Amino acid sequence: MARYVGRRLLELVPVAFGVLLVVFIISHLTPADPVLVILGEHASPATVERLRAELRLNDPLPVQFVRYVGGVLHGDLGRSIKQNERVTVQLATRFPATFELTIAAMLIASAVGILTGVVAAARQNSWFDAVSMFAALVGFSMPIFWLGIMLILLFAWYLGWVPISGRLDYTIELTRLTNFYLLDALLTRNWAALGNAARHLILPAVTLSTVPLAIIARMTRSSLLEVLRQDYVRTARAKGLAERIVVMRHALKNAFIPVVTVIGLNVGSLLGGAILTETIFAWPGMGRLVVDAIFARDYPVVQGTVLVIALLFVVVNLLVDLSYAYLDPRIRYG
Amino acid sequence: MNLNQRVARLAWPVIIVVVSFMLAPTASVGAPMSSSWDAKACGRVGGTLVFAQGDDPDGLDPHEVTDGFSVNNVSNVFDTLVRFTADSTQVEPSLAESWTVSADNLVWTFKLRKGVKFHDGTPFNAEAVKFNFERQTVEKHPYHPRAVGYADFTFQNVKSVDVVDEYTVRWNLSAPYAPFITNQAMFATGIVSPTAVKQYGQDFFKHPVGTGPFKFVEWIQKDHVTYEANRDYFAGRPCVDRLIIRTIPDNTVRLLEMERGTVHIIIGVNPPDYDRIRRNAELVLFTGAGLNTGYVSMNTEVAPFSDRRVRQAINYAIDRSSLVNAFYGGVGIPAKNPLPPTIWGYADKVQAYEYSVDKAKKLLAEAGFANGLTTELWWPNRARPYLTQPQKIAEALQAQLGLAGIQAKLVTYDWGTYLSKLRNGEDPMAIIGWIGDNGDPDNFLYALLDKDNAVRGKAQNYAFYKSDAVHRLLIQAQRVGDQATRAQLYEQAQEIIHRDAPWAPLVHASRVSAYRKDAQNYLYHPLEITWLHRVWLSK
Repeated sequence: MARYVGRRLLELVPVAFGVLLVVFIISHLTPADPVLVILGEHASPATVERLRAELRLNDPLPVQFVRYVGGVLHGDLGRSIKQNERVTVQLATRFPATFELTIAAMLIASAVGILTGVVAAARQNSWFDAVSMFAALVGFSMPIFWLGIMLILLFAWYLGWVPISGRLDYTIELTRLTNFYLLDALLTRNWAALGNAARHLILPAVTLSTVPLAIIARMTRSSLLEVLRQDYVRTARAKGLAERIVVMRHALKNAFIPVVTVIGLNVGSLLGGAILTETIFAWPGMGRLVVDAIFARDYPVVQGTVLVIALLFVVVNLLVDLSYAYLDPRIRYG
Repeated sequence: MNLNQRVARLAWPVIIVVVSFMLAPTASVGAPMSSSWDAKACGRVGGTLVFAQGDDPDGLDPHEVTDGFSVNNVSNVFDTLVRFTADSTQVEPSLAESWTVSADNLVWTFKLRKGVKFHDGTPFNAEAVKFNFERQTVEKHPYHPRAVGYADFTFQNVKSVDVVDEYTVRWNLSAPYAPFITNQAMFATGIVSPTAVKQYGQDFFKHPVGTGPFKFVEWIQKDHVTYEANRDYFAGRPCVDRLIIRTIPDNTVRLLEMERGTVHIIIGVNPPDYDRIRRNAELVLFTGAGLNTGYVSMNTEVAPFSDRRVRQAINYAIDRSSLVNAFYGGVGIPAKNPLPPTIWGYADKVQAYEYSVDKAKKLLAEAGFANGLTTELWWPNRARPYLTQPQKIAEALQAQLGLAGIQAKLVTYDWGTYLSKLRNGEDPMAIIGWIGDNGDPDNFLYALLDKDNAVRGKAQNYAFYKSDAVHRLLIQAQRVGDQATRAQLYEQAQEIIHRDAPWAPLVHASRVSAYRKDAQNYLYHPLEITWLHRVWLSK
């Protein structure tokens, strides 16, 4: 097991290198010039040239790449071209916002999705099955942008139960230790901030959870139905076990492998940021960071962000693979 | 501030200006007698004002930033030597109480206001002005910012700055340049605290220290910036105690926040929401003429647009009024000149090319395109104030040109790429526009239509329009000091440009903003910059 984990972690190295290389090439091959984006319309050609030289953008691409990788190996992701801020600092403020949102959304999606899937499978062809699976289809096809605005209109604008946008009211003081607001509020025992941050989190998390929730519900249902048809389930039923115990204790765990895979993939991709949800709810996460950086040709930010996202994806997938061994004792890693 | 102080504050600049007029051996440039902003008194003092816009500032160092979101921030923190009046692009004294210019228009001398302090408590004086100039223009200056977007523009023709005494600075120009004084009112010439620059170094952009009405408190990136009132502000403390500038990217969500009362003022409103705001008794929709021009630039160096008749045909083929109604919520102005009518020197006597498909076809036939022609129409994949809905406007233009027999294929790129390609002259015909920086005609006509700026690779004259007659007029207008003479020269230039038709001017979009009625005294400035020190909250 330890060897397996070690080997998988070692795989991070070629993945990271590959990601760096591909992103570096793609971002530098697209036309447009970050220097012009920063300096605007009024800078003289001499100023443009000077800044380009200062940022060492005139060096041959392989030289720039080697220099960049050298920096990365020393934990230095460079400075944002647009903002002159360290990329690591930008990531450290943005990633926690995305992480909180992702975890909240996936908790909702997993809890509601699995529960719905299980009930729908246990009562196959019932009205609940039909309605919930139809709802899942609608949820999956829902334009996030529209859904977000509708939720805001109803719950924030009309009913006033939750705030419309943002991560924390500006009236709330919070000592930002980690930039994970919920955690910071807990650490500093700032209950006002905790409640406020949690209320801000609800609508974006619900919006973001819709699509994964629909997938998880449908996946749980179909996987569970398949398991319920297996011989050992028939044996369990033949023993006279209550249906609830058959489903919950004997079938569910085995049905989980594809569900966990889906959850893992969704966590991985949501950690990369959710540009639409972040835009609607003015959520300062990774999605807006990377999209802004792409438009500004801010190479170091694009590279740094994609690198972190890729590594997170690999780690999440490793955790998913490890969970297989727990869910299915026949699976062993060695 | 009591009445005596107020009168004294108004009187001193007047006395100084009058005395300097009497004593000055050189030609004086008029300085208004008192600040136009003083008319906007605070009805109530206190409270927290919340302003919301679509994006975060890039930074808070006025010498570095170029984007409007940053400008709305730095304009409230930093002062300039002169400033724009409350509702026009004319300038009046600010950190400088008065100024004179030599007879040859080469030496400008500014008398500085005494007793002004930066937010860090250090004094504002002539050395600070010199430091600010050199920080931006001397490459080897130890505190030269990494990216200086505007200095080439704001300090063009400036050779050096001399400290005459603690409160007098002298600017030496290499050639007469009339827009110099207007440029000294631009946000980019905001005076930063030398002490703070030395203290924060590269990180000054997130620790701004100026002399302005608001002091920086904190910046939570992509969320909000907090400021507090500078109670010692030389022009009187701001009406509110705190100012929050929030970032809310989505236009609809920003409006919903204002409707709920969590935001007082917004900029960036979707035209379909104009009526929703007008119907709401608690809100006001602000519209005023804008300082911008959206236009179609035709590359005069390549066929078929090297033929003036084809360019004129394009002008006749466009129905500008329908564009304004369909895509600008009916609040824009159809354009006939490169200059917007908000700027002095606008040539109103120019007769617009009316919408006439027949005239367009006739001109095309004369140019040898009786059966129509095929070309490309480029459009930028990013909404701008003068181009509210780029794709839809491009499609509408495509359809209008089609009626005149011009089959235009639509081509687009992202913003950065788009500008680079336009600078290289790779487009035959492109939709683009310009937002004025300082309200001077030179900022439109020389920047966008002079042959000096038609150099491939760095052109802002995207039409590559090279008229010697226009060039002579524009250069002459830079060298004379008198505004009336300058205005005449610009009007003549616009008539030639109209005839040559390197552009099809489309529209001057209005400046649009919305605010809650309890935010009193708010005015969205013609320069599309938001100054907030005179806004007060009635509840």
